[in-house]
Order: sequence, then structure tokens, then C-alpha cells
Amino acid sequence: MKNFSRKQFLKTAAGAALVMAARAFSTPLSAAEKFFREPPWKRKKPYWGYAVDVTKCIGCARCVDACKTENDVPREAFYFRTWVERYILRRSGEVNVDSPNGGLDGYLPPSDPGTVTKSFFVPKMCNHCENPPCVQVCPVGATFKTEDGVILVDRKYCIGCRYCIQACPYGSRFFHPVLHVADKCTLCYHRIKKGLKTACVEVCPTGARMFGDLSDPKSAISKFYETETLQVLKANMGAEPKLVYKGLDKEVR
Amino acid sequence: MDLAYIETLREALHKVSGYIYPNDLELQWSVLIVLYPYITGLVAGAFVLASLERVFDVKVLKPTYRLSLLVALAFLLVAPLPLNVHLGHPERGIEIFLTPHTSSAMAMFGFVYLWYLMVVLLMEVWLDYRREIVEWSRSETFWPKRVFYKVLTLGVDNISPRSLEIDDKLGRILTVVGLPSALLLHGYVGFIFGSIKANPWWSTPLMPVIFIFSAMASGIAGVMLIYMFMCWVRKVRIDMPCLDTIGKFLLTAIIVAFSLEMLEMLQTVYEAEEHFDIISLLVEGKLFVSMILVQIVMGSLTPIALLGVLQLAELREKTRKFICALSGVLALIGILAMRWNVVIGGQFFSKSLRGFTTYKMEFAGREGLLSAIILGLLPLAILAVLLYLLPPWPKEDQAKAS
Ligand code: SF4
Ligand code: SF4
Repeated sequence: MKNFSRKQFLKTAAGAALVMAARAFSTPLSAAEKFFREPPWKRKKPYWGYAVDVTKCIGCARCVDACKTENDVPREAFYFRTWVERYILRRSGEVNVDSPNGGLDGYLPPSDPGTVTKSFFVPKMCNHCENPPCVQVCPVGATFKTEDGVILVDRKYCIGCRYCIQACPYGSRFFHPVLHVADKCTLCYHRIKKGLKTACVEVCPTGARMFGDLSDPKSAISKFYETETLQVLKANMGAEPKLVYKGLDKEVR
Repeated sequence: MDLAYIETLREALHKVSGYIYPNDLELQWSVLIVLYPYITGLVAGAFVLASLERVFDVKVLKPTYRLSLLVALAFLLVAPLPLNVHLGHPERGIEIFLTPHTSSAMAMFGFVYLWYLMVVLLMEVWLDYRREIVEWSRSETFWPKRVFYKVLTLGVDNISPRSLEIDDKLGRILTVVGLPSALLLHGYVGFIFGSIKANPWWSTPLMPVIFIFSAMASGIAGVMLIYMFMCWVRKVRIDMPCLDTIGKFLLTAIIVAFSLEMLEMLQTVYEAEEHFDIISLLVEGKLFVSMILVQIVMGSLTPIALLGVLQLAELREKTRKFICALSGVLALIGILAMRWNVVIGGQFFSKSLRGFTTYKMEFAGREGLLSAIILGLLPLAILAVLLYLLPPWPKEDQAKAS
């Protein structure tokens, strides 16, 4: 009996191996095919995207101010839905980064200006990731992705465990001190639903911030996506940000 | 808005070093979340010790078998509390069970927890005590206690040899199921941290394994100390073969946990990825005392050396007891420090990888030191009640003690 079952087992195993080998030879896996994934905005309408042109940002932080006003973000220096960082790169290789009160307090002139090689501003906010770690970890599903690609928090549902804040690689989230729930950029969902621009895009004097419908091939953002050389932050996280940057320096993270 | 708390954060702004993302100033997970893996770890460790007797037939451990189960139960009952107290909306906490999000490690923890509590631990304790419970429900003279036991029998008072045999079999099966469950329970806690790719200090597949072994060490040390303490209270002799064996297992657990931790460290240093600079600053700076001194030197190397001596040299009973007790205390402190270093340490640096924030522990607030101490002592209070209601001591012992 024992022998028989062992024989059976070997037979089955050999059979399975044969089938697998045959499959592998008949349909060779194509990496290109396997890795190609159609972006959701080809299927869903509308689908929102966001872009920042680093070369255009002048660090005025009007966006930061507008965001705080529009969305009732607590006016403390540690709660932001968007903020603007300044990078100063020096000849020695030293990198100085600051964002005084998210940029609202203005930036002091750099010390030792002779040693500065370049300096630029980088606006930051939620990247409305296509594959958002914050959504993945939320134990109750209070953080979710909308049909049109925006990541939101349901304030009536969030239990305030802060797991999503830990999981966001970009520091885009904070814990709302009054509501005791997670809070972040909503892409001004209440505005864009009415056809308005987000507050930050609306006030940006240089057009460094751009936002629009990716599913519309004629929209400015689609053109931007298609024609410019773009970068995302921390691509290695696999979060697939839908906030893309033009002119991003390698020192930015 | 909690103004005092906001004020603390404003002060913290001045203590930031380097550049942090502005939202990274506030430390999201406080000392209560340090306690949470510590307590679950004690549960898992205590259960492993119990299984050694039951599943692996390490008979010398008999005197601590039931005690281990009760310790595990006492700590398990408290385990979710720090998590719930910490929530922004504790009243919505139940949603984790009602509407769990299946991709969330935290949500799944709820189910692993329930499984372990309901199916494994409670069942096992009940089966193991069933015979006594029935006996007590007949002989107890103090009526409230008698009623309590009556209820606990769940209406089953058959204690014929045949049914006891079945109990024993079932109990054994449960322990066999329970062992992986206990490891799963605590491994899962490790996964809650280990799966956060955004945080390089947490994100490692070794995290659950490290958690499991340090959990074993803490649970074994905990049960050992409680056993010694209870022997002293009850004025009975400590069973030396048992204590020596526990010491051996404790040593093994500490060695494995420590080796894994060092392996993890080595990997970080050798790979020297993008986050290496900030991590080395972290270890050399903010975590120097709690990690290098307390966790590694005091909490790992010292007990390894002490317990090692115990294995090699022939020592007098008194010295052996002393060494065991000291090693147990050191290991417990070291593992608490390890949890601190993981949970709090992982939040000291910003995800900008360019700077550090600070953490000032409150004293009296909801998430302060005081709540942590209360939550830390609560399991011991529960244990005291359990020991009163379900004395785990063998019969001869009980007779001797009274
Ligand atoms: S940037 Fe952070 S908060 Fe925004 S979607 Fe990505 S992970 Fe979530
Ligand atoms: S804080 Fe709220 S939104 Fe974030 S993970 Fe917890 S329940 Fe979800």
C-alpha cells in the first residue's frame, strides 16, 4: 500500500513537472507584455492628475496659504496638506533643505552665498498614488481611492489609528488635532467636482502647479504628461504617484 | 484642540535637527504602542513555554505549565487595550472587527487575536482545568465562588476517566494548533511594522522573526520570574530542575533573538542604502542609550553571559536562583527597550531622511507614562485574580502550602 502511494505520488509529480515545462516552452513569458499595464485614465473618465514644474516655482508659498484657508487646515507649523521646500546645493556637496512654516514664513537668504551652486523650490503634497500604501494599510477602509483617482479620508469613519500616516512615504498626512482623524490633501475634491481648479493651482502666480483630467487627451495635463521629461518622488516605493515633477534634482526626496 | 499638547509640539519645533517633513514633527505612535508588542510578546512567549511541556514533552517544566497558560491569558486580555486607548476615536475601534479592510495588517491582527483568545487559549485553559472546576463546584464552601465554578463548568460535569482522557487529547491537539497560532499572533505584530515600506527602520522581512524570538525570551523570563515570586509568596521550594531548564530555554531564545538582530544590523550596514546615514546617526545618537547600552549590552549580552556561566559551571542552588532571576529581569528590560527602539526609534527620523524630531513623553495624559504603567501592571492584577480563582499549583504543593 505504502509503495503504491509513493509511486502514485511520484507519477503525479512528474506529470505536473512535464505540464509546466511544456507550458513554459509553448508560451514563453514576455517581460514587455507582462509588465505593461494600461493606466486607469485610459478607461475611466475623468481621472485626475497633477504636475509641478520645479523650474517655475518661486517659493512664494501662496499655495500653502490658499490651501490652509480653503481647507481649514490648522495654522500650526506642523500641519500641512501642501508645503514648499527650498533646496540649497553647495560646491562642497552639502545640501541644505528648509521649509520655514511650510514656506509661509519666507526663506532667509542663504548664508555664504558664494558657495551656492544651485537653489530651487519644490512644492510637496499628497501624490494621489495609483498604488497608495496609505489605503492598503487602513484597517477599516476609511482611506480610499475614488473612481476618479483621488485619495480621500472618510472623517466619519476613520478610527484615528494613524497607520496611514506611518505608511505614507511622503509625509503627506497628519493627524487632525481637532477632529482626531487622519487628514491630507483632498485635491480640493469639493472644488474640482464643480469644475473649479484646486486652490493651490488657482493662486499659483507662475503656473508651476498644474492639474487636470488625464483621461482627456487634449487637456494641458495630458500634454504635459506626454511631452515633458518627468520624475516622481521615491519611485522605488512602488506607490506610483500621479503627482509628477518636471526638473526635479536628484537631491530631492 | 488640546492646547497643552500643541504647545509641546511648538516647543518640539525648536528641537528639530536637520530637515524633516513638516508633518513628521509629531510622533504618531506613542509609548502605548511600545507596550502593545511588549504585551503580545509576553503572551506568545508564555504560551511557547507551556507548549514545551505539552507538545514537546519536556516534563521537568510541569510546575510552570499551568502558570504559563494563565500568564498568557492575563496578558492577552490586556493586549488590545493600549491600541484602543491610543485611537483618535476609540468608540469606533470596533469597526476593525465589523468592517475590516482585508489588505490591512492591523485589521487582520484583530482576527488572529480573536482566534487565539477564543479558540486556543480559553479552550485550552478550560479543558485543562475542567476536572478541578467540576470538583471545586462541588466542594467549594464560599458560595459566590461555588456559583462561579458552576457557571464555568458550562454544564458539563462528566469527569469519568474516559471523558478526562478525551479532554487530554483535545488539549494536546489544541496546543499543537496553539503553538503556531501564538507565533502567528506575535509574528503578525512584527509584520504590522515590518510591512511598512515607507519606514526603512521597520521595513524588513526579519521583523516578524525577530519579534517572535524576543517574544519567547520575554515570555519565558516573565513566567520564570512570576514562578519564583509565587514560590516565595507561597513558601514552597523552587523546583530546581524546572528552573534550570527554563534558564536553558531562556538562554536559547535570547541568543537566537540577538543573533537575528545583529544579522539585521549587519545587513543594513553592509548594504548601506539611501537611508544608511540617517540610521547610523539614529543609532549613534538618539538610540545610543536605549539600544546599545540597554538593549544590547544590558538586555542581551549580560544575560547571555550570565546564563552561559550557569550552563558551564557547577554552582550552588542559591547562586543559580540569583543568576536566573537577574537574567530574567535584565532580559525583560532589554526587550522592553527593544520595543521602544523599534516603535519610537522608527519615528525619530523624518521620511525626508534628512533630520530628526523629538519625543517628549507626557506624564498624565491619555497616552502618557502613567497610562502606560497602569496598562503594564493591569495584566499582573488580572493574573492575581486568575491565580486566586484557578490555582495552577499541583495538588501536593497546595496541601503543603496550606
Ligand atoms: S502621497 Fe501618501 S497620502 Fe498621498 S496617496 Fe500617496 S501614500 Fe497616500
Ligand atoms: S488613521 Fe484613519 S484613515 Fe488612517 S489608517 Fe487609521 S483608520 Fe484609516
